[in-house]
Amino acid sequence: MKRSSKIKIRWGFIIFFVPVFLWLLFLLILPHIELLRMSFVGTDFYGKSGFTFENYWSFFKEPIYWRTFARTALYSITVTFLVLVIALPVAFYITKLAGTKIQGFLMILLLVPFWVSELIRVYGWIILLRESGAINYFLTKLHILREPIEMLYNDATMIMGLIYTNMLFMVIPIIGVMESLDDSLIEAAYDLGAKKTAIWAKIIIPYCLPGIMSGSIIVFMLVLGSYLTPKLMGGKNALWFTEQIYNQIITYFNWNQGAAFGFLLLLMSSLIIFVALKITRQKFTKVIK
Amino acid sequence: MKIALSVKNVSKYFGDFKAVDDVSFDVEDGKFFSILGPSGSGKTTLLRMIAGFYTPSEGKIEIQGRDMEGVEPNKRPVNLVFQNLALFPMMNVYENIAFGLKRRGERGKVVREKVEMMLDRVGLPGFENRKINELSGGQKQRVAIARSLVLDPGVLLLDEPLGALDAKLRENMKVELKKLQAKVGTTFVYITHDQSEAMVMSDYVAVMNHGHFEQVNTPQNLYNSPASSFVAQFVGDNNKFIVKIQKDERGNFSAVTKDNLQFRLDKPYDLEGDNIFEMYVRPESIMINPKEDPNKINSIEVEVKAILFDGGNSRILVVPKNSEKEIMVSLPQNRKYDYLRPKDTIKIGWYHSASVCFKGTGERVYEEIE
Ligand SMILES: Nc1ncnc2c1ncn2[C@@H]1O[C@H](COP(=O)(O)OP(=O)(O)OP(=O)(O)O)[C@@H](O)[C@H]1O
Ligand SMILES: [Mg+2]
Repeated sequence: MKRSSKIKIRWGFIIFFVPVFLWLLFLLILPHIELLRMSFVGTDFYGKSGFTFENYWSFFKEPIYWRTFARTALYSITVTFLVLVIALPVAFYITKLAGTKIQGFLMILLLVPFWVSELIRVYGWIILLRESGAINYFLTKLHILREPIEMLYNDATMIMGLIYTNMLFMVIPIIGVMESLDDSLIEAAYDLGAKKTAIWAKIIIPYCLPGIMSGSIIVFMLVLGSYLTPKLMGGKNALWFTEQIYNQIITYFNWNQGAAFGFLLLLMSSLIIFVALKITRQKFTKVIK
Repeated sequence: MKIALSVKNVSKYFGDFKAVDDVSFDVEDGKFFSILGPSGSGKTTLLRMIAGFYTPSEGKIEIQGRDMEGVEPNKRPVNLVFQNLALFPMMNVYENIAFGLKRRGERGKVVREKVEMMLDRVGLPGFENRKINELSGGQKQRVAIARSLVLDPGVLLLDEPLGALDAKLRENMKVELKKLQAKVGTTFVYITHDQSEAMVMSDYVAVMNHGHFEQVNTPQNLYNSPASSFVAQFVGDNNKFIVKIQKDERGNFSAVTKDNLQFRLDKPYDLEGDNIFEMYVRPESIMINPKEDPNKINSIEVEVKAILFDGGNSRILVVPKNSEKEIMVSLPQNRKYDYLRPKDTIKIGWYHSASVCFKGTGERVYEEIE
């Protein structure tokens, strides 16, 4: 009896595991191994290909490459942080202050932007913000502006666009943990003499840290890997690193260089997440739950 | 004596509903004051007004002589031990207890010393680094109390802190809490729906019902001379009889049940209207086969229905001849009544002075008391 049931469990496991394994193998691991191999291949002067570090070398030699890289990293961290700063009070309002009816309504408000594709969303922003756009029209009509100004194509607009696009991915995990935060913990802190800032710093944020970290990881990865928003809303001379990869592979048809860049990006994002988890003393397995 | 807490004509409305109804009381410094009432009687609401989480709709609250109107909870010289304890799960025991001290700006050695002393007081020395989820129910209890007591509040408010514990631990914690209060000398205002908790621990007990105080007195006085039908039912156990009170030609009062059982009363009552009263006799004041002077006691012949053995709290259930009314009688466990068997016929009796009557309200606290 015992034995057969054990075997059954194994079968169930295998049936579940095989597709997952195949999916991981063919769509993730194999392509990445191939990319990794490609990133170490170079063609020499005579058109002969062979092993080389040249693709990685050129990244450090060309300032444009590592500057874009650093800029992308810095901006991604900034955007993640700003999203967090906005998401915390939003999540708090939705879980603790709003009534049940308003709660549902607010969640829908958060979700609605995701019913349209990223492209359409960005175009929406462009219609609003461009020189001949809606905002400029009203501001000049109301005589607040003498003449329309260009609001698109600068870093501030791009950051705003990235915040808007990724808000939901921070709010949802934070709401998840904040819902289980007992109101009486906040009251107890208040009763023990804590001010509002101390309640946030000592009770709410530490309690929500797993949600904050998982939200931050998701948002950070999404921002780091985003392409459309920086390309369409960002400044002309300020590239996002994904655009560099795109350029290498699609424009210059230099797959080897593109693969090397891809790996550098992966390395950097893993490193930043690792450091962030270490600093906040969170376990990865706990955060991704 | 200094007054630690003074509540003056306080009421609280939630919409049209009056959760607390014109409550007034004073608590002297260093006393253990309990508020006893059934679920939903407004105890938590009253306590939250004292702590500052609700503002009273009417009336005034003074703590240590200071009017508390407009004073935020984090500025009041009171601390609240929550019904569910509300310990901070992301902090260890030390951080929980030090939380309030740090908010006051205390730092370093002073904090450590105070926390250690407090843990000693509540009997948990060396527990500083324990996580909250590594504590038993009773230990959590003590940490919650220590967390508030360490701030040396003018008044410590406790909202049914023993509610979640099992019966044996509750018995234990009752005594512990009383001893702790005597040791630290802090004024305690303690909420409970368990009359035994209130009786054992308190200097004074307020009995609360439907948002108002029915009676405020020492546990002894509440037990011996309840001021209302509600108090008679809620504090201690009681046999309840629905009776009609009559006055005979010599001016003696007596109560008659609908089964025509007649009991003498030793006090006069105002006879107006239908004269329907509720009469209460405690199981403990009923004697089995009484040898007392028959002129001083009500005595009836009854049949033993059941023997309810419960150690020191044993009872017998008896029914008078020609009646259906069940009466609970205490059964002292001194082996004197070991011969009693169900269906035996015995005599029971109680002093005329042992029964009290109140004008019938028809209200029942719990169904089991009839
Ligand atoms: N915020 C509120 N809004 C509306 N009604 C409330 C609110 N808080 C309490 N009440 C009502 O006030 C009454 C008293 O509630 P309260 O919590 O004070 O009772 P309690 O005596 O503490 O009961 P328990 O022993 O069950 O804790 C209840 O009928 C409750 O429904
Ligand atoms: Mg309550």
